[in-house]
Amino acid sequence: MSLLETVDLKKYFGDTRAVDHVNLTIEEGEFISLVGPNGAGKTSFCNVVSAYYSADSGKIIFRGQDVTRASVTERVRAGIARSFQLVNLFDDLSAFDNVALAIFSRDGKTRNLAALARRDSAVTRETDIVLDQFGLAGKRNDIARGLAQGERKLLDVALAYALRPKLLFLDEPTSGVSTRDKGQIMDTIASVVRSEGITAVVVEHDMDVVFKYSDRIVVMHQGAILARGTPDEIRNNEQVAMILIGSAGPDAFARKD
Amino acid sequence: MTIFIIQVLNSLFYAAALFLIAAGLSLIYGVMRIVNLAHGTLYALGAYVSAWVVGGAVGHAMNGTLGLAGLLLLLPIGAIAIAAVGAAIEPTLLRPLYRRPEEYHLLITFGLLMIIEDAIKILFGGTPLSAGTIMDHMGSIPIGRLLYPMYNLIVVAIGLVAALGLWWFIYRTKFGVILRATSQDRRMAAALGINVGRVYVQAFAIGCFMAGLGGAVVVPAQAAVLGMGIDALVLAFVVVVIGGLGSLEGALVGALIVSLVRTAGIQFFAEIELAVLYLIATAVLLVRPTGLFGRA
Amino acid sequence: MATVTTTATPAEAGAGSFLRLLAVAIAILVVLALLPGLVDSYQTVLITYGLIMAIAALGFNLLLGYTGLLSFGHSAYFGTGAYTVAFIVRDLGAQSMELCIVGGLVGTLLVSALFGFICVRHTRIFFGILTLALSQVLWSLAFKFFWVTGGTDGIRVAYAKLTLLGGLVDFTGPGSFQRFVFAYYYYVLGLFALATVIMWIIVHSPFGKALQAIRDNETRAAFVGISVRRYRWIAFIISGVFTGLAGILWVPLNGLTTPDVLYWPFSGEIVFMSVLGGFRTFAGPIVGAIAFNYLKTYAVASTEYWQLLVGLVLVILVLALPSGIVGTASRLAARFGKVPS
Repeated sequence: MSLLETVDLKKYFGDTRAVDHVNLTIEEGEFISLVGPNGAGKTSFCNVVSAYYSADSGKIIFRGQDVTRASVTERVRAGIARSFQLVNLFDDLSAFDNVALAIFSRDGKTRNLAALARRDSAVTRETDIVLDQFGLAGKRNDIARGLAQGERKLLDVALAYALRPKLLFLDEPTSGVSTRDKGQIMDTIASVVRSEGITAVVVEHDMDVVFKYSDRIVVMHQGAILARGTPDEIRNNEQVAMILIGSAGPDAFARKD
Repeated sequence: MTIFIIQVLNSLFYAAALFLIAAGLSLIYGVMRIVNLAHGTLYALGAYVSAWVVGGAVGHAMNGTLGLAGLLLLLPIGAIAIAAVGAAIEPTLLRPLYRRPEEYHLLITFGLLMIIEDAIKILFGGTPLSAGTIMDHMGSIPIGRLLYPMYNLIVVAIGLVAALGLWWFIYRTKFGVILRATSQDRRMAAALGINVGRVYVQAFAIGCFMAGLGGAVVVPAQAAVLGMGIDALVLAFVVVVIGGLGSLEGALVGALIVSLVRTAGIQFFAEIELAVLYLIATAVLLVRPTGLFGRA
Repeated sequence: MATVTTTATPAEAGAGSFLRLLAVAIAILVVLALLPGLVDSYQTVLITYGLIMAIAALGFNLLLGYTGLLSFGHSAYFGTGAYTVAFIVRDLGAQSMELCIVGGLVGTLLVSALFGFICVRHTRIFFGILTLALSQVLWSLAFKFFWVTGGTDGIRVAYAKLTLLGGLVDFTGPGSFQRFVFAYYYYVLGLFALATVIMWIIVHSPFGKALQAIRDNETRAAFVGISVRRYRWIAFIISGVFTGLAGILWVPLNGLTTPDVLYWPFSGEIVFMSVLGGFRTFAGPIVGAIAFNYLKTYAVASTEYWQLLVGLVLVILVLALPSGIVGTASRLAARFGKVPS
């Protein structure tokens, strides 16, 4: 049974076909990149699967269960988590508290109002481990609002990761970050995700990043899936090259520097 | 049957006043995303000022010289005074807070509410003020076997004119375009050379003018009393909840609905008439949180 | 960086600072316990009122400072507590203060659960207006059903009829007023300390962290699995119950409850206290309530236009001193290097 299967998933905004009858299957353990030009529907697709938008029609089957009508919190509990392109953090809490909260929530401990949060050593330990994995250990007590952009992006991903989801959607985790830091951030994220065997779907624009890390690449265009395949297959796909780069040919995806 | 017609006319009268208040509130929110908690109190201030001016004129036995028309023209002084107050408030109290979270706007306008409520007490004392002379002078027209004050009908007409005027102003004039542009995207408007600060002051002043005008038109029929501001605030909010915050049509429809329910409520369930309105507001919020015409 | 209560700042992070906090709290408690021996009855009564309002503000601020919901209708819960006690004493002939407390808390729980359920479906301004509107409904009911509530005259609750600690302490016989002032002060002090400890635990619990997350980013809170509306509702209920407790304790001291305690300006005072003290801190509302209580007592004595003064100060606070007394104080302390930030 595949981890996620969308059947004819549809989401239109008036005339705009954001998600146009998308059929996608994702197997456990895959690291998939979702690419496409602006407006292709990549983020919309993530939004529909994560319940940020509700689907107009179609089905979302997660681990054999139909979650099409499930709410955000229900899907989180089922094991779907996501990070955000425009960073969504708890700005007045520390980096530590941000991650700890995700863990408390995951373990159902947020109902507890009779015990002190910081006395929970299991959560504290795990939070520190997660922060360390994302290179944020030094920023543990810093307020999220005050972190640098790259750190905020990492924290945003860490929050979703801390939920230990079965399926993790990462929406442009390196956007807005300087080129120099992009590689490092993506390296961190990918290594954490792969080492834990988490199935990940990453929305990305940077094709170098995409080719380097993905098991499979799914190319979207105008709300529908244009092509899917391994990095090699995509690299040699002329139609994809035309859409993404504007020119085809063997060196279409090569770096120009 | 006559009673029914009179009740309908009463509703329309009340709706006209409510519309003025709610439209002002909605305009300010629509353009500036600020909810002015002192809005109802400004309405009350408008009522008091108008009543005081008219009362003063009458007191000085000027009504002979001024005549009915003159007295009527004195009424809008209340509205203009409130507009001036608004023009003073926006740059001093509201502008410093635009970047801050919304709680701060609410807190400061709440503080303003307290200040103005007491200011009314200081300036005008605790006894109700009335401009009833105007209403008396206008006489009544017969409906069935009962007489209905002419003045109320004039107010309904004023309300209608105001609604049309506001609509034309917002959708058919250049300033209206500027207003709408600024309300949709403040930064873009500024980038296009619009003086956003000036637009904000003007919008706020217009909104306050409407509140003051609401008070001014009401006061010949109903005396200005302490506490009318809060009641008006809550009712105005019920109106914009039903009609949708930021919508002109919403303010109109909401005012009509609230007014009709209130009149019916007073007729049949005097004790819980207030509760019925809140129940309707609650129900609307549950079913359609943005109101009938509101934008999300 | 100013202390925002929300986080594991260095001041909170270590056991050492916790002990420091505990020491300060105990010191304050000791001072408060010694007070009646040092000042006269009038001052003791004044402080009692201050502590009562501190409980109300503490409850209110769970919603504002920690959950990000600004309520303009908290008088509803204070008033419900007060009137429930009045009903219990007048109609049930009860004498036990404990019974009054339990009854009052039940009443407040029901009202805040109902009102909260309606209000938390919305945020920001609609939340605020709904809370205001609902409190106004209660106020108008207290007026209109005057044969039940005594209307503007209200309902009297005589301290002499009450007993504390299940009948151990009563107030009959000569010198009863002095005894009442003395005993009631400690009774309120004890409950104030208890309420403060409970609230402190709540805001530092995982639940409290979840509330702060909702305050900071309700979208993300949902995306980490928190049922935003339900948590807001529970926070609302806790907040209402705390404020209700204040109303319950207030009635025997005031001797009387009237619709004024349900009227919107009273809600405004509660808001004001929290802003005065600093609503982004834990202790702010407590300090603000006590300070405000003194301010009010001495200002009401000198001017009739009390509301104008409060409004003016509120405006100035928002413009110039938004972190309030405690917030500003900790900012200054940080700047002088006393608290590492």
